[in-house]
Amino acid sequence: MTTQSVGQSIPRLEGQAKVSGRAEYVHNLRLPGMLYGKICRSTVAHGRIRSIDVTAAQAVPGVHRIVTGQDIRAIIPEPYYGPAFHDQPILALDKVRYAGEPVAVVLASDPHVAEEAAGRIVVDYEELPAVFDEVEAVTSKAIVHEVLKPAGTFPDLKHLQGRRGTNVALDFHLRRGDVERAFREAAHVFEHTFRTQQVLHVPLEPFVSVAEPGEPALTIHTASQSPSFVRIEIARLLGRPENRVRVKVQYLGGGFGAKLYIKLEALVAACALLTRRPVKIALTMEEQFYTLTKHGATLRIKSAVTREGRITGRLCEIWWNGGAYADIGPRITQKSGFTAPGPYDIENVHIDSYALYTNLPPAGALRGFGIPQLVWAYEGHTDMIARELKMDPVEFRRRNILRDGRPQATGTVMRDAAIDKVLERVAERMDWGRPFDRGSGTVRRGRGIAIGFKAVISPTTSVAIVNLYADGSCSLYCSTVDMGQGSDTAMAQIVAEVLGVPLESITVVHPDTDVTPYDMATLGSRSMYHMGNAVKAAAEDARDKLLALARELGLPAETTPIPDIFRRKYGMQAGNIVGTGSFIPGYKSPDHATGLSENVTPFWMVGATGVEVEVDTETGQVKITRLVNVADVGRPVNPAIVDTQLSGAAIMQMGFTMFEKMEFQAGQCTNASLAGYKIPGMLDLPSGIENEAVDAVQASGPFGAKGVGETGTFGVSPAIANAIDDAVGVRLTSLPLTPEAVYRALRAKEGRALGDK
Amino acid sequence: MTRTIRFKLNGEAVTAEVPAHWNLVELLQNRFGLNGARESCGQGMCGCCTVLVNGAAVSGCLYLAAFVDGAEVATVEQPAPGAGLDAVQEAFIARGAFQCGFCTPGFVLMTRQLLDEKPDPTEDDIRHYLSGNLCRCAAYPEIIEAVKLAARMRKQHTATADKRR
Repeated sequence: MTTQSVGQSIPRLEGQAKVSGRAEYVHNLRLPGMLYGKICRSTVAHGRIRSIDVTAAQAVPGVHRIVTGQDIRAIIPEPYYGPAFHDQPILALDKVRYAGEPVAVVLASDPHVAEEAAGRIVVDYEELPAVFDEVEAVTSKAIVHEVLKPAGTFPDLKHLQGRRGTNVALDFHLRRGDVERAFREAAHVFEHTFRTQQVLHVPLEPFVSVAEPGEPALTIHTASQSPSFVRIEIARLLGRPENRVRVKVQYLGGGFGAKLYIKLEALVAACALLTRRPVKIALTMEEQFYTLTKHGATLRIKSAVTREGRITGRLCEIWWNGGAYADIGPRITQKSGFTAPGPYDIENVHIDSYALYTNLPPAGALRGFGIPQLVWAYEGHTDMIARELKMDPVEFRRRNILRDGRPQATGTVMRDAAIDKVLERVAERMDWGRPFDRGSGTVRRGRGIAIGFKAVISPTTSVAIVNLYADGSCSLYCSTVDMGQGSDTAMAQIVAEVLGVPLESITVVHPDTDVTPYDMATLGSRSMYHMGNAVKAAAEDARDKLLALARELGLPAETTPIPDIFRRKYGMQAGNIVGTGSFIPGYKSPDHATGLSENVTPFWMVGATGVEVEVDTETGQVKITRLVNVADVGRPVNPAIVDTQLSGAAIMQMGFTMFEKMEFQAGQCTNASLAGYKIPGMLDLPSGIENEAVDAVQASGPFGAKGVGETGTFGVSPAIANAIDDAVGVRLTSLPLTPEAVYRALRAKEGRALGDK
Repeated sequence: MTRTIRFKLNGEAVTAEVPAHWNLVELLQNRFGLNGARESCGQGMCGCCTVLVNGAAVSGCLYLAAFVDGAEVATVEQPAPGAGLDAVQEAFIARGAFQCGFCTPGFVLMTRQLLDEKPDPTEDDIRHYLSGNLCRCAAYPEIIEAVKLAARMRKQHTATADKRR
């Protein structure tokens, strides 16, 4: 198939706006009469609110109003929200469940006044015992939520309704074959436990939302990845029909899974309705640390292996630290949980995956939806087995790799997942078969690879409208949020391809729920596949209508310029042709008891990482000298943007691997700023970064494409740990891999372990 | 408490009333509707708020607005000589050197300053000079390529201009 637009590395549509500082972000929005809200936050990790004294705050000149959780009840009687559980109050009611939880809001025309006053609110707490560790939370007497409140939209959460006295928000189980028998009959059994830490998305545009009261609709301008969800959830809270809540989203200054579902939207909506004024709440960088994190997790993994190096059984137990509110954690527990054994062909599998409530800030989706944590465990484990068996790590993977046509743990038969090809390409690029310079003296060199895969969250819907104007120009209406991944450009390329028009003649209308149709959300690398298919269908619908019109008018359909068709029909430059398309893939929910499903995902993402490192044995410093990212992304719509997505994701995950970590003392985050929490900069880059999208096609995707936003993250953490092991023979099983951790492991290996301080 | 200040903004003489506690980003956004310099970390760690004051890059979130009284202030919105975009901006587009774009104005301004000081920077120069600007989308490899391209484009411009002379 030859294409004009799809498959070309066309520069982004919004390039000029972004390089000249004129791109629109909600961050920039100022409305006449607008009030700014500043939040007073909990200082304890778990406690009952005895009283909230706002006297001193109210006395600050310029304060318009102070809003507490009880005030919100006047307009929203049941002010609890969440995508999986209705467990999160708009402002704390009765109880706080983590340090940093919003308790009250001060509104003022001057944000400095609001901030000053928020600091003068005095909240008296009766402190309660708290729990922070995800494994302790299983048996802890400290109970974060007295009663579980699943949202009711998910059938697999129904059994949790009304459950009391537990911190387990969801337990997912998968049973395939007989894993106990596999362990009994195995030549070797290996078991390891891995841990990951709490880290943060850190979009450089912090969370921001503005609500504007009006008739017939309340308008919410928000930096959100899920405008359709925001509208439906706010409408539910307010008891309104969908058409009386309008949600508008401009460009996002980064999202990475943070800006999903409800964050500030319910709070600004309530404040705007209470004051009948526009209200803006823009968080500071510090406040992002109190809003959403990535799940820390404990992962136990055990494998049965034959003498020949075939894995015959694998048991995985995962405890996800969900923090104080479930957010999307229960979905991660299930929808990522079923890939816990990795991209390997294993007959007998046993998975237990638990979402836990703790008294830490809530955890949610972060570029990979739980997959990087799982890959950290199974690819470390896989490498450790290979080393024990004295087998080459690539060869060991080769013997066990899951190939197309074979069933994955759920029983779903693999299709269009180039796992073996991705493994072979990363090995080739790393010159795996050739001798490797291992360094000398105090600088030792090593290399490692890792491979991971992911199912896309299912089933989800996307709808698109293509509006063709009488001069031949065209608008695409879609609710996919361009948060930097380049969706505007890629979607426009699909329209240009189908209509056979130049890309410059197309504009993309940004999400506005009164204008753009429904889309589940921009998350989990789903947009290119789901929205791409919807956009393609909408463009085809528009094209078919245009051709039918030409034929009806007796014009040669394929050759008449578009404006001439309109002019012939309407006698002047007038009219529209509107094409619509919607897409929802097939899906079968996993069986509640066994976790099995014959169709668990419409496509698989596959990513592998190869790294070379230098380890300084005197300091524990690790320098990554080479980072190779190989992925199956189907057939790329825009290869240059795919490259940026792969290396961007890998560099972000490198930060999570090497140094990023939220530090907590008694549940209080103690490094909540970019001064205390370092993210990767130019000097942290590996000296060589390579990306490759292997030759592959996703037959069910638009022009053979599928998602890529998360794929680059999968293998990074274990590949680095595997390379460190290769270099100096120490194995780290907890993230991050700091110089201190490496040095401690080196000393322990020499039998000279360091003390705790 | 407010003060009246007079300064040059992107080449034009302007006057503004500013509260004493405002920083430069607040001044540019609230009084002039310029949103290219934007506060992100609030600590001068990320470079999103970069503004040039008398030709030197400052962190606008840490720089009191009143201090630009009498100064020359340049932001990313300053039109390029001639029309349209300058070589740095063109190079950033050509190399796809951004994703979400929130940090991009800071990178553009710092790159201009780098190329003014060092028209032919090595990769090491680029990494060090831009190490105070953070990009969470991590478009760093593309940014490095864009800076190299911009350096070449600027040289070509100079060569063409020399020929004309």
